[in-house]
Amino acid sequence: MAIRPDQSFHATAQLAMQAPVEKYGFTVMLSPDGSQSDGIAVVDLDETSGTYGQIVHQVIVPNKGDEFHHFGWNACSSALSPLSGHAFLERRYLIVPGIRSSRIYVIDVKEPLQAKIHKIIEPEEVFAKTGYSRPHTIHCGPEGIYVSTLGGGGEDGTDGPPGIFIMDCETFEIIGQYEMDRGPQNKHYDFWWNLPQDYMVSSEWGLPPQFENGIVAEDLLSNQYGHSIHFWDLRKRKNIQTIDLGDNHQMALEIRPAHDPKKSYGFCGVVVDTTNLQGAIFTWWRDDDGKWQAKKTITIDPQPADPDDLPELLKGFSAVPPLVTDIDLSLDDKYLYVACWGTGEMHQYDVSDPMNPVLAGKVEVGGIVKNTKHPNGKDFAFGPQMVEVSRDGSRVYWTNSLYSTWDDQFYPDDEGGQMVMARVGESGGLELDENFYIDFPEGYRSHQIRLEGGDCSTDSFCYPNV
Amino acid sequence: MDSGSALWWAVAGSGIYHGINPGMGWPLAVSAALMNGRRRSLFVALGMLATGHLIAMLAILLPFSFMTVLVQYERELRIGAGLLVVAMGVYLLITRRHPKILARIHPARLVLWSFLAAMAHGAGLMLVPVYLGMCAIDDAGHLAAQSLMRGNIINAFSVAIAHTLAMIVAGGILAIVVYLWLGVRFVSKSWFNLDILWALSLIAVGLTGVYTSI
Repeated sequence: MAIRPDQSFHATAQLAMQAPVEKYGFTVMLSPDGSQSDGIAVVDLDETSGTYGQIVHQVIVPNKGDEFHHFGWNACSSALSPLSGHAFLERRYLIVPGIRSSRIYVIDVKEPLQAKIHKIIEPEEVFAKTGYSRPHTIHCGPEGIYVSTLGGGGEDGTDGPPGIFIMDCETFEIIGQYEMDRGPQNKHYDFWWNLPQDYMVSSEWGLPPQFENGIVAEDLLSNQYGHSIHFWDLRKRKNIQTIDLGDNHQMALEIRPAHDPKKSYGFCGVVVDTTNLQGAIFTWWRDDDGKWQAKKTITIDPQPADPDDLPELLKGFSAVPPLVTDIDLSLDDKYLYVACWGTGEMHQYDVSDPMNPVLAGKVEVGGIVKNTKHPNGKDFAFGPQMVEVSRDGSRVYWTNSLYSTWDDQFYPDDEGGQMVMARVGESGGLELDENFYIDFPEGYRSHQIRLEGGDCSTDSFCYPNV
Repeated sequence: MDSGSALWWAVAGSGIYHGINPGMGWPLAVSAALMNGRRRSLFVALGMLATGHLIAMLAILLPFSFMTVLVQYERELRIGAGLLVVAMGVYLLITRRHPKILARIHPARLVLWSFLAAMAHGAGLMLVPVYLGMCAIDDAGHLAAQSLMRGNIINAFSVAIAHTLAMIVAGGILAIVVYLWLGVRFVSKSWFNLDILWALSLIAVGLTGVYTSI
């Protein structure tokens, strides 16, 4: 039993930035056709190591067809919350859900090179105890581990709305549904919160029939995917306000609140605007009257293209949409990274003024039309997708797969998994590191990255910066 | 030192012990001041934490002060109270789970939080054997039941107030030092796991109570 709090728990985002840099990364290994078992790759990120930039260990699970996607820690800096008294948890286990199988793996990474499965929660238990299916995003919170889901009950996950459930952070027992009053919320994707200010924000992708077998073009063109964000009283478990971003803003995905809990704003990425194929970022904030507001602060234009260069799905548009599929905010709340999976670009915005973001850097790699090669001369399949920023803000890692069936629709000729890294300049700017390029084992694609000791989309801080 | 002043030192000592334990709330005062950007919020928060703690102490001590009217059962009462405190210590030692309910309280409702934190950890129980020891020292046998009870109720308030004062001064000094000089880095540096020590303290206090009443 621990006598002191875990060294990787930090009271403020500032302190987390000053902590020692990451030595290992953990990245999803996804078998898109389910012919192999999915796994977690342990990547050596210690620049002084002989195996730097290589996969040094793999945890391959016993089942097939789980479809790993997002995952997270059993405990993070939120354990230092003065309210909960959970300060002596260990950041030791990765909670890895399968979004196709609804199975959840708990992986012990205390010794990264000997990482192993600690517990498996079977889908039947998830269904029975929560009424939800297709678990997705993990956050370590006040009463345990919060898990968002994409599906409700029943075979196709449409029997009842999806939502969030809570797991015990020590025994990994599923406790039950989070929501007491969900209001109009009937789809789900991401969520995050501000613990001292006691609010949560959640977003919407679509229901399982809208994504499991590929994107449904008719649903997209008739604006049937999610386009609202929901604000919650975190501890009362009550939806207090829903903001409809406009039904043309299809798929409101990642929610990134400012890391400094004194601030009451954050960002949300929208995949595509069906009126003009733009990608967009909304800034949301709480106004002086306590009402939540949201405003589109970044738009990214589609790029004209020859229909011959486009997949079936896009031929009619003669343009390639940016497809903003992931965003990530540096711990100093200064830079927002925006993955444009369609055009093959990673954008870096200076969001020091969250209402007026300024493009500060850009990297091109992959992409439906441009298919830009990595600076080392090798191909980059698909486009920049899951992005993770080091705690100190100097290194930005990303992988390339979005979701098995969607990859195949947008990039019918591509295959493979890659993880790359770009370095951030002293005063902004972004440049791919020629020497960091991980090609995943044959038959595997890659998805979310987690960094040892926490990263920019895991830890929630309970004290403001000074 | 006579046994009376030794007991008062125990009241103050347990207050200091509770006060420096982050689990009793001083980091919340730091957090309140930082979130609001005002030093005043630190003192408001300390006041709320003290109020909640005081109510929790009284909630435990007052029922015992009513029971002290049953002078003929004084010994049984003290033994029973001692065993109850031991039982709480053993329970905390075995379960070692933090009460999740504390995390569900809104960060601004510090009186309620402090009250529940003290109750859940048996902070008030820790005072019971000391308090009953004091009641026993008073020349109980010669007083009418009514004035005995009045005396013991006043005693309960004195013990709870003295304990809470010691608690909030100790916690308050830590909060001020961290807020003004050391910075929040100190929160994780200074947070030691007192779970086992706390449970053992309850057992020790309870056993002492039983021992001294036999």
